[in-house]
Formats: sequence, C-alpha cells, structure tokens
Amino acid sequence: MMEILQILLSESFWAASLRIATPLIFGVLGALICEKSGVLNLGIEGIFVAGAMAGWIAVWAGAGLWGGLLFAALAGGFFGLIHALLTVPLGLSQHVSGLGITLFATSVSYFIYRTALPTATSPPRIEPFRPLDLPILSDLPFIGPVLFQQTAMTMLALGMVVLVWYVLNRTALGVALQAVGDNPDSVDAQGLSVYGLRIGAVVAGSALMALGGAFLTMSAFDAFFFGMVNGRGWICIALVIFASWRPGKALLGALLFGAFDALQVRLQTEVGAMVPGQVFLMAPYILSIFALVIAARKADYPRALLTPWFKGQR
Amino acid sequence: MQKVLSLNGLTKRFGTVLANDAVDLDLHKGEVLALLGENGAGKTTLMNMLFGHYMPDDGTVDVADRSGHMAPLPLGHPQAALAAGIGMVHQHFTLAENLNALDNIVLGAEPLTRIRRDRRRARAKIEQIMKSSGLIAPLDVRVGQLSVGERQRVEILKALYRDARILVLDEPTAVLTPQEADALFENIGAMTGDGLSVIFISHKLREVLAFSTRIAVLRHGVKVGEIATADADEKVIARMMVGADTPVATRDKMTPGAPVLQLKGVSVRGNSKRDSLSDITLTVHQHEVVGIAGVSGNGQTALAGLISGLGRADNGMIVIDGVEIPRPDPKVMITAGVGRIPEDRHHDGIIGAMSVADNMVIERLDDPEIQSYGLLNRAAIRANADRLIKDYDVRGPGAEAGARLLSGGNIQKLILARVFEQNPRLILANQPTRGLDMGAAADVARRLLEARARGAGIVLISEDLDEVLGLADRILVIHDGQLHEAGTRDRQAIGLMMAGELAGELTKEPT
Ligand SMILES: Nc1ncnc2c1ncn2[C@@H]1O[C@H](COP(=O)(O)OP(=O)(O)OP(=O)(O)O)[C@@H](O)[C@H]1O
Ligand SMILES: [Mg+2]
Repeated sequence: MMEILQILLSESFWAASLRIATPLIFGVLGALICEKSGVLNLGIEGIFVAGAMAGWIAVWAGAGLWGGLLFAALAGGFFGLIHALLTVPLGLSQHVSGLGITLFATSVSYFIYRTALPTATSPPRIEPFRPLDLPILSDLPFIGPVLFQQTAMTMLALGMVVLVWYVLNRTALGVALQAVGDNPDSVDAQGLSVYGLRIGAVVAGSALMALGGAFLTMSAFDAFFFGMVNGRGWICIALVIFASWRPGKALLGALLFGAFDALQVRLQTEVGAMVPGQVFLMAPYILSIFALVIAARKADYPRALLTPWFKGQR
Repeated sequence: MQKVLSLNGLTKRFGTVLANDAVDLDLHKGEVLALLGENGAGKTTLMNMLFGHYMPDDGTVDVADRSGHMAPLPLGHPQAALAAGIGMVHQHFTLAENLNALDNIVLGAEPLTRIRRDRRRARAKIEQIMKSSGLIAPLDVRVGQLSVGERQRVEILKALYRDARILVLDEPTAVLTPQEADALFENIGAMTGDGLSVIFISHKLREVLAFSTRIAVLRHGVKVGEIATADADEKVIARMMVGADTPVATRDKMTPGAPVLQLKGVSVRGNSKRDSLSDITLTVHQHEVVGIAGVSGNGQTALAGLISGLGRADNGMIVIDGVEIPRPDPKVMITAGVGRIPEDRHHDGIIGAMSVADNMVIERLDDPEIQSYGLLNRAAIRANADRLIKDYDVRGPGAEAGARLLSGGNIQKLILARVFEQNPRLILANQPTRGLDMGAAADVARRLLEARARGAGIVLISEDLDEVLGLADRILVIHDGQLHEAGTRDRQAIGLMMAGELAGELTKEPT
C-alpha cells in the first residue's frame, strides 16, 4: 500500500502518465471527430501505423520535425479519405471498410519501410522532439517536470483538446458537425452538404489519429518498429465511448489509461517477484473495461452513428 | 397578381409508384395556397422537388427573384432553394436532437468558416420573430427534450429565420393545438400582407377554409383541380380529393362493462415536469372510450409510456382486467392485451428499414402461425400482409417494400392493422389521427368505435378537442401531470381546463 502511495505522489509517475497518454489523446480526439459526424473509423489502428511510419521517414529524409508531422497528418488524411469515400457517398459498411483500412494502411507502411530500407537490420534513428525547457515554467516544482518538461507534441495534444472542444461547441462548423451525426436531414434541410461535412470530419479526424502514431516514432522513440502501435488505436475507440463523445472527458480517459499503464510498470518492479508480469500488463486493459462499463451506460451516442444517409431517400 | 413561383410539369417516379405526374402549379404574391389530397397523393413529393430534396424525373421550376423577375431554379439543391427565398417546414422533423433550438434554427444560416458565432444577434432576431409570430419555443433546451408541439414551432421558426419569401408548410398544424394553429395562421396572414407567399398542406378542412385563398387538389399524383377558397366548402373539397363522399362515423350509446384498466394513485417522477405524473387515478371500462384532452407536454408522454409498458410508475398500481401488473414492460402489456398506437408513428410505431409485411407481425413473433422452432413462416407473413393491406387500404409500394417508404397516413394504417388484428382488450390511441386525411381519420374513428363495440376499452390521448368530443364517452383533462374529470362537454370550459384553470371552479358553471 505504501508503495502505491509513494508512486502516486512521485513526479515521474505523473510525467510518465501524460507521456503515455499523448498518442491516445490524438487518437481519441480523431475518433471522436469522425464519430460525431456519424462515421465509425476502425481504420484508426492502421492510421496510427501509417502516421508513425510517414512522420519518421519524412524526418529521416530531411523534412524536419514539423515537416514530418505535416507529412504524417497528410498520410492519415489520405487513408481517412478512402474510408470516407467508401462509407459516406457509397454508404458501405463502416466496420468492414474501417478494418480494411487498418489492414491496408498497416501493410502499405511496412511495405514502404522495406522498400525504402531493403538492407537495414535495424531502422535508422532520427533526432526526435526533445523535452521542453521553458523559462520559469519548466522549473516549477512538480508542475514543471510533469507538464512543462514534456515534448512539444504533448503540448500540441493538450492544445488540440481545447481546439476540438472549441470548434465543436463554439463554431458554426462544430454545430453542423454535431447535427449531421444526430440527424443528417437537419443539415440537408438547411442547405448544408451532409456528404461534405462527413467526409471533412473523417479526413480531419484521421489526420489527428496519424499524429498519435507519429508521436511514437518522433517523440516517444526515435525510429519505426514493426508492431509498435500495439493496439493503441483500439484503445482509442473504447475511450471515445468512455468519454461520451466529449473532448474534455476524452482527455480524462486517456490520462486515466496512461496512469494505469504507468502504475503497472512501477508496480511490476516493486512487487514483480511475487506476481507474474503478465498480470500487470493486463491491468490497464481490465481497468479500462471496468471504467468503460461504468461510463458507457450514460454515454450520449450520436444518433446517426453507423447509419448511412442518401440524398433523396426517405 | 404577380406570379412568384411556377412548377411546370413536375414528374417523379419511385420504382413503380408514379408519385407526381406532370404537375403544374402557380403561386402569386401574398397568396395562401392550400395543397390538399389524400395520404399518399404526392403532396410531400411535390414540395420536396421544389425544395431540392428530390430530383424531378421531368419538369422545371421558375421562381421570382427580389425584383420580380422569373428565373429557373436549379433543381436538386436545397441550398439553391433557400437562396431563392424558399423556406420549407417538413412534414417530419428535421431537427438535431442533441442541439438546442437556437443552434437548430441558426444551423446553415451562418457561414461554416466563421470562427466566432454571433449568438447574441441570432437570439435577438429569433426572439423578435417569436414575438411577431406568436410561436414561442424554449431556445436553450436540447430539442430532444422538447414536446412534439414545441419541436414543430422550432421548425417553423427555422424557416422564418431564413427570411423566406415563399414559405412551404407541410402539415404544420398536425401537431399544434387548435389555438396554436389559429394563432399561426393569423400571423402568417399578417406576413402575407408584407409580401410573403405561402403553400401549406393540411388535412384539416376547417383551417383550409378559414385561412387559404386558393385550393389545389392532388389525387394519385395528378392535379385534379383548383378552386378559389371563397367558392369551396367541405363537401366540394372532399369530393375533389376522394372522388366520392366520405361517411362520418357515429357513436351510439353503450353501457360500460367491467373495468379493463385501472390506475390507482400512480406517480411518475420523470426527468422533467413534462414527463411526470402526480398521483393520478384512472379507470377505463369495457365498451368505453376515455378521452384525455390536454396540450402536449403535460404528462401525456408519461401516461402513454405507463400504459404501453415503456415506463414504470414510482408509486401506485396498474391493474389490467382485475390483475395487478407488478413489473410492466412492453411484452407484458402486449400479452395482457394492450394494443398501442404510439404518438410518434415513424419513430416508435414502425421499424422503417423492415418491410411492411414484417412490421405487421412484429408484435407477435412468438405466434406459432408466424414462426415455428424459431424460423419465420414467410408465406404466412406475406399472406397476412396481403390481407391486411387490402382490409385497411394501406397504399404504397407493396408488402415487401421498406415501411419507411410509406406516406405518414399509410404508416398509421399499418399500425392500426397490426393493433386491431390482435383484438386487444385495451387500446392506447395516442394522437391517432394526427396528420391523417379525412378519409383515413374517419377510418381510424370507425375502427376505434368498432373495437369499443366489440368490448375493448380505449384510452384516447389527443390535443384535438373535436376528436375527443366526437369519440369519447368520458373526458378527462391532463394538465401539469395531473388528471381531472372534465365533468362537462363544453368546448370552452374544457379549453380553459387544458390551459390550467381549476376543475372545481368550472364544474360549478352550467353546462
Ligand atoms: N423516397 C421515396 N421512395 C419510394 N417511394 C416514395 C418515396 N417518397 C414517397 N414515396 C411514395 O410516393 C407516394 C406519395 O408520397 P407522399 O409522401 O408525397 O404523399 P403525401 O401526399 O405527402 O401523403 P401524406 O398526406 O400521408 O403525407 C407514396 O405512395 C409514397 O409511398
Ligand atoms: Mg406528406
């Protein structure tokens, strides 16, 4: 018990939680935007891989870190566009298309990696985002190490939470997006384009997801490995429900998951001798399921989620 | 008079259904044109082509611009119709329920690229419109929590907010109380003075005769005639619409039998006042129609939910046929012999994606006639559907077509067929004739009275006082979650009770 308390009070624990949460924040916001418009995007896992790959290879090719991020977002947007075209105007199954995108984006990424570096035994390393060193802020006690010694991408993720919240709730575009996910007819009757809004949302959401992937190769690590996304995309799909499609709660959910994960690693070193390590690896997922069970009962589903809309039909 | 709109030879075909066949229609400035026709005649289809929801198979539309110049309207684009000054209130709500009324009204009116929304200005404009039109709706409550009547007002406000010069209203008063409807038309009348032209669709001949200047009638997709309202009366219109006279159902006296439904001291604490009931007591006997009059949003939803098994009481007892129902749910209530005609027929009455035939058997899937060992008996379902479609005159693309393709009136007939075929002991009829044409409404009335003659007890919830007065043996008024015996059949007195005057004060008056 004392150990847990000690862990919970340590700066490094909270810093790690936020670091682990960062890609999830991007991913869950991206999924949230897609689903708010009424389109489930199960391509997320593959888009994470594509983002990780695209960002890293762009930096390696000399695009610079921010250029790499832009490239990752474009790659995500590209796969999002394919998903959107299949599911919105054509109205195909969102599940099938999404899973297809995941398989497709993952394989394409591995393919490019192999063709670009046919002989490499280990991937070339890039110079990733460095922890920030801000005057005053980074030196604050506790807050400093937890918040202001993260990389710029974590700051970007937190900024995105505010931005997405603002756009959804305070702008005309956000209101239209919420409407199209609830009742596409409401948007159509006011002369707005249902297809345009949905396609735009899926592309933008997918670009955000790809940034989550890029965080892995450009901030958490410094190179691309097979299997490095490791289910993070799927976690985001669950977190959106936990968040009840609200950006603020999405941040909370991602942080909670990050905290579980960070705790798990530390407990493993503390009491690892007595309990098999796999139990700790499982713990964040089991706890997430519990959190989901409790939160999802009150979840506020976009009413038109999964329902295609066609012009001129009842 | 200056022409503002002309529809030229509009034709629309859905599969084998010819919904509109070369329809021509003109509208003049300041005119109020009533578009009439039976359910499924093609009124909504015609207006949907005008507004750009449907692409016509043939024909053109010309609209006058601000200077009065007629120009062709690009078809198939609601945006173009809105820009040309055409506003439309749809027959079915086109509201986002997760947003409040303000956002719904302003949606699409401001450019999507705008970073900051000027909500204050929007609110001021809406409040101005609410004041001048008399259509009041709460702006800050999620639309999902509004009553049907309030939602309808939001729909109309949406069109007015866009400064429409031509206003199309597809059954705008179907869910409004008579007072609200009159107020709406009076305000529309005032607005036509300022150059607004109106096309409205309605099945209520009273308001058509009172408020329109001209009448156009569709039958089976063909325009069969036009007439100046001054030259028309109910008989003439009915004959134009149906091609024959419609018989009126009469209610003969009957002695009530044993109680079929008893609510004893029932309270429901809902999320808001509108879906709460406080300590109500109600008894419905065999051979009896009990009318519940009231303005929507006064607890009808909770009462209907209770009787249909969708809601639970927090206090009190529900007894059906002398047996207490301890844990009501829809299945239990259906088994106990309760037939339900829900208020929102599209949402709660049918499953739109399933066929007409399937919807007709959906409440008795464990019936061995329909199913054996978990396998559906398709032939029996189809035969059942063919019979009911004929008996209840359900018009549409056929038994195997999706139920959502039916017109509103025909959806109601489908539901009636499903309910009445089960010979229910108790029938909950919630706004059963809302949106139905005269013939279909008379049909519903006739079927309800038939069920009564057979021995069913009927709870008729309605905002339409004329309907309640015509059908009910006993009238109760619901207000603010409380139920009071009206004790009178006086229109005026009941109207006042609906508005919240105390029953005790009124019953003293001579009736
Ligand atoms: N999108 C569609 N697909 C297939 N059939 C349709 C569609 N829209 C309308 N119909 C059919 O066209 C016919 C005309 O329907 P419409 O809704 O225009 O009738 P209406 O006159 O408005 O009736 P009501 O008074 O019941 O509203 C009906 O037979 C209907 O089933
Ligand atoms: Mg109609």
